[in-house]
Formats: sequence, C-alpha cells, structure tokens
Amino acid sequence: MENASIFVIMVSAILVNNFVLSRFLGICPFLGVSKQVETAFGMGMAVTFVITLAGTLTYFVHYYLLVPLELEYLQTAAFILVIASLVQFVEIVLQKMSPTLYQALGVFLPLITTNCAVLGLALLNIQYKYGLVQTIFHSFFAAIGFSLAIVLFAGIREKLETSDVPLPFKGFPIALITASLMSIAFLGFTGLV
Amino acid sequence: MKISNLTKGILKENPIFVQLLGMCPTLAVTTSAMNGVGMGLATTAVLVSSNIAISMLRKFIPSQVRIPAFIVIIASFVTVVGMMMEAFVPALFQSLGLFIPLIVVNCVILARAEAFASKNGVVDSALDGIGMGVGFTLALMVLGAVRELIGNGSIFGFGLLGASYKPALIMILPPGGFLALGLLLALYNNFQIKKAR
Repeated sequence: MENASIFVIMVSAILVNNFVLSRFLGICPFLGVSKQVETAFGMGMAVTFVITLAGTLTYFVHYYLLVPLELEYLQTAAFILVIASLVQFVEIVLQKMSPTLYQALGVFLPLITTNCAVLGLALLNIQYKYGLVQTIFHSFFAAIGFSLAIVLFAGIREKLETSDVPLPFKGFPIALITASLMSIAFLGFTGLV
Repeated sequence: MKISNLTKGILKENPIFVQLLGMCPTLAVTTSAMNGVGMGLATTAVLVSSNIAISMLRKFIPSQVRIPAFIVIIASFVTVVGMMMEAFVPALFQSLGLFIPLIVVNCVILARAEAFASKNGVVDSALDGIGMGVGFTLALMVLGAVRELIGNGSIFGFGLLGASYKPALIMILPPGGFLALGLLLALYNNFQIKKAR
C-alpha cells in the first residue's frame, strides 16, 4: 500500500473498503443520525471536515513528534487528544467565522470526538505508511465514503418510517438488516482494485 | 454499595441489546466467539479500571474539562491493556488489530464514566464497571457464537455441525455482522414484548 496511487486510494476508500459498511468504523453516528437525509448530509459534511483535518494533523504529530522522541506507544493517547482539541477548536472557529456553517454543523461536532472513524482513520494512515499527500487524500475520500453510506442509508430509513414493519423489528433491528443489505451491495465492489 | 449496580448491566441495561452502545467493535470483531470474548474482556478491563480511577478523581476534575480528562484516563488504560495483550496473547492481539486502540472511543466506557463513575463512590463504580463489562462480553460472545456457527459450523473452534454442513460465509463477512445483530435484537424485543403482555 506504500506507493498506492491517488486514484486507487479513492476507489478503495469510497467503495471497496467503505468505512461504515466493510470496516465497521463510525457505526454510532451511522445508526444514530440517519433518520433524515438532511441531518445525515450535515453529519457527513462535518465528519469530512474534521477527518481531513485530523488525518493531516495526526500525520505531523506522529512523524515529527512521536517518532523523533521514540514515544510511538503513546500514539493512542496523543491522537485522541489531538482529535478532541481539534474538534473543540473547529467548533470555536466556526462559531466566530461562519455562523451559518456553525448552525448547520454545530450539533454534530461534539459527537465526532467519540466517532471511531476519526481515530481509526488516523491509525490506519500510519499503519499503511502513507506519505503526506496520500494521507490527505485517503482521509478525505474515506470521509466521502462515510458520507455516501450515511446519506444512502438515511434515504432508505425515511421510506422505512412509513412502511409496515413487524413489531419486534421496529426501530434498530430493521435498520441493521437494511444496513446488512447495503453492505452486501458494497461487497460487490470487492476486487475492483 | 448496592448489588443491583452489578447485575443491572447484564440483562436489564445490557450495553449492546438495550443501550445500543459500542456498536463498532461489536460488529467488527465478532467473526468468532473467541474474538468476541477477547474483545469483551479487554473492554471490561479498561471499563473497570477507568470507572475506579474516575470515581476516585471525581472531586478533583473540574466539570468544564471532564470529558478530555476522562478520555486521557481511558486512553492510558487502553494503552496498558493493549501492551499486555501484545505480550501475553499475541494471536488475539493480531486478530483484533485496529480495534484494540479503538477501545478508547467505545461509547460504553465514556457513557459509564459520565453517567455513573463521575457521580458515585469507588466500590459502586467498580461493580457497575464489572456488570456492564460482563453484559458487553456476554453479548459479544453470543453474537460471535451465532456468526461462527452459521458461517463456519463451529463454536470456539469446535466443529458442531459436521462435515456435511456447508458454511454460509456471508455471516463471517461484514453483512453478516449487521444481519446477526439485527435478528438478535428483534429476538430480544420479541421476548420483551411477550413478557409485557
């Protein structure tokens, strides 16, 4: 994976190794914030924004701080701190700079700290030994993959609201089975790259 | 000290089947019963230690910065547990992979820290952690066992269904995780509905 081209990274991150449907990262927001397409889209955008920043920032933290100091074992703690403070920082900046964007994304930002997609992505970038450019693109496209999955899922769930579901299946069970069917569809992309 | 703090996490407030917390590791690592138990025990260890530590420090942590403080405490315990697993059970460590460091962002742990340990005494918090951990481990084990049985014809590596059984590989693959959890949840709901009648 060390020399993977941007295009391969794109196809792999969005379709083949989709964060939600084949890697199981970011399931909590995927199930929690997917009742309406609009909010799902907002969540997708907020995640894309934070993940791209966090992926880039953790790259610098790892290679310019942890590796020279031989503190790689502190990776988990360092990364989660970077992500938590980044989310706070983004929230404050957005509030000051662009109230409209803050209105749209604000409610989702605190949730993102405990979104395992963010930390998972930061750790994966290091594990795959990606360079800076690859890191940025991989972060961005993985987040696009997340957004794609959550928006599609929200579209299906909107329809489910009005359909006649057996009582024990109401709510989460039918949502999980829907996700399973979507996951089967995405399994079809295996072997594309 | 209340014994109900220990037992409530196992069935009544089971973190997975009732509270639907910590879905990512639940779905990702339960490809076999063994992986489910391993993940469950690792999470339990972190949960109990972090509950105890946070409960002891609850009077000293200012409430404005409590979330970052909790996360740092949890991250330290996760690092310790991860290193111990790498040393003592390297095979399990390999198969759980990325999801060991991701215990940090398991919502169960932060939720217990925020909702219970930051408000209650050390012994109660420890009991709560053990109870929730056992409930989490049991749920993971059941899910792992179901997936392993259908997808591989075995439980804990012991073949149960005989050689004539053709394993449905889909249950080991990602879609099977969603499907098995969805069906188990429906079963649990059905049981609750029947009981209510």
